[in-house]
Amino acid sequence: MENLKALAYELRENVIDMIVEGKAGHIGGDMSVMEILTEVYFDQMNISPENMDDPDRDKFIMSKGHSVEAYYAVLAAKGFFDIKEVIATFSKFGSQFIGHPNNKLPGIEMNSGSLGHGLPVSVGMALAGKMDKKDYRVYTVMGDGEVAEGSVWEGAMAASHYKLDNLCAVVDRNRLQISGNTEDVMAHDDLHERWSSFGWNVIDVADGNDIDQLKAAFDAAKEVKGKPTMLIANTVKGKGSSIMENKANWHHKVPNAEELEQIRKDLAERKEAARRG
Amino acid sequence: MAKIANKQVICDVLIEAGKKDKDVVALCSDSRGSASFTPFANELPEQFVETGIAEQNLVSISAGLAKCGKKPYAASPACFLSTRSYEQCKVDVAYSNTNVKLIGISGGVSYGALGMSHHSAQDIAAMCAVPNMRVYLPSDRLQTELLTKELLKDEKPAYIRVGRNAVDDVYEEGNVPFEMDKATVVTEGCDIAIIACGEMVKPSVDAAAILKEKGISATVVDMYCVKPLDTEAIVKAATNAKAVITVEEHAPFGGLGSMVSQVVGSECPKKVVNIALPDAPVITGTSKEVFEHYGMTAEGIAKKALELV
Repeated sequence: MENLKALAYELRENVIDMIVEGKAGHIGGDMSVMEILTEVYFDQMNISPENMDDPDRDKFIMSKGHSVEAYYAVLAAKGFFDIKEVIATFSKFGSQFIGHPNNKLPGIEMNSGSLGHGLPVSVGMALAGKMDKKDYRVYTVMGDGEVAEGSVWEGAMAASHYKLDNLCAVVDRNRLQISGNTEDVMAHDDLHERWSSFGWNVIDVADGNDIDQLKAAFDAAKEVKGKPTMLIANTVKGKGSSIMENKANWHHKVPNAEELEQIRKDLAERKEAARRG
Repeated sequence: MAKIANKQVICDVLIEAGKKDKDVVALCSDSRGSASFTPFANELPEQFVETGIAEQNLVSISAGLAKCGKKPYAASPACFLSTRSYEQCKVDVAYSNTNVKLIGISGGVSYGALGMSHHSAQDIAAMCAVPNMRVYLPSDRLQTELLTKELLKDEKPAYIRVGRNAVDDVYEEGNVPFEMDKATVVTEGCDIAIIACGEMVKPSVDAAAILKEKGISATVVDMYCVKPLDTEAIVKAATNAKAVITVEEHAPFGGLGSMVSQVVGSECPKKVVNIALPDAPVITGTSKEVFEHYGMTAEGIAKKALELV
């Protein structure tokens, strides 16, 4: 298996290129979610450009659609499209690579961007799998600020009611949203208890930017029967460069030349460190 | 005349379709009784999904099912389906282009005295404003049956609004002129054109009969396909008439009247008068009493026509 830890840093470099070229993007959440997406797409899911028409393949919904740059980087690395084209056209006039996922692009199931939609849609996909007695699994990733949406909890209720053990949701728990700390904006530090009380199997991932920990959690989720699983992945917003990490103002900041130099240097160093193991 | 509500016809058609195709599924939000979908739930329990009182979830789950090859029909009171879950209809159904058919039941002022929270007088405007959303308001049980069968053949989003109660037939059994996305011209005349949708078609046809006795001939167009709007039928009816009346169980803005006015204004300018619900919570009463109060009856429509010609 390729070195997913190093790959996650390489994909972060693609994200930085996209954001700098397109002069837009949600950089902080892209950086926090990168290992989650990398582990899901390169280790957990049976999905590729070749099997998209296979009704038995696994499914993924990017509920936190604003982290689309990270999603594009992962999908490009999986071969769904050319990363050079993404970087050259992202967010530009007439581009198909818009600022939120769009299912006119290969590999993307649903248009997202409005928060609180991904989980209920995933419930429908998982329910279809149960109805047809198929073995595929459904994955979705939400932001932590996103769980304030009421529709998330409608989906949470239905997922446990229908015992959707083929559904695995992840909260990218980076503790920051656009206005600041999640606990100041709308407190939900008892996420584990909340999901558990809704009838979910809940797994806390102490370091949600650690591929090994994520792998262990996703693998454990597959063994659970009769319940959907929620991974609360404790991540770092802006992960990859000290100038961005844990800073709310990097929610959708475009780095200036000086910051860019530092970010590129930090990412290159961490990628190299990951390669060395 | 058979007394059967349009929503019940939809259920009957779906049960027959569901028996042959396991991918036909129905969803309700604690609304199976009011939607007349209980027979579907009882006969095809494996193809029925209950979401509880959660209309946003109803629509998103439908979209997810559709994405995995199912053919979902989500039935919920039109008032909640069209506005409570408007964003899900916009993003998960229309924008994502999922094969979800949204059945808005007990539309307009069907719920009568229950008040404005339960009235859907905004759904035509709301749904028509969403790209890739089709909007249908069938007029009677016979047309509803044909429309539902047509919708089973395609894989595109649609919103269908029907009323709560059985309505009188507009058409004759075994002789229902119907072409998908083409308005039905029920009667033809040269003095006035009456363009109506949903449950307002029947009183419009009856108004034409009253007018005929007074020597005035009216064209009545059943615009069940509000979107895609049959502009050709509008232009033809308006061109042959002295004035146009639109009749709809909807707020006065953004509905059939607004859309017909746009077409007539640009293609064949002529006076257009819109008969609709007021821009206010409607008076308390049954839907029949409400229609009578606001002149949304055969007599009221005929009176308005006489003023115009």
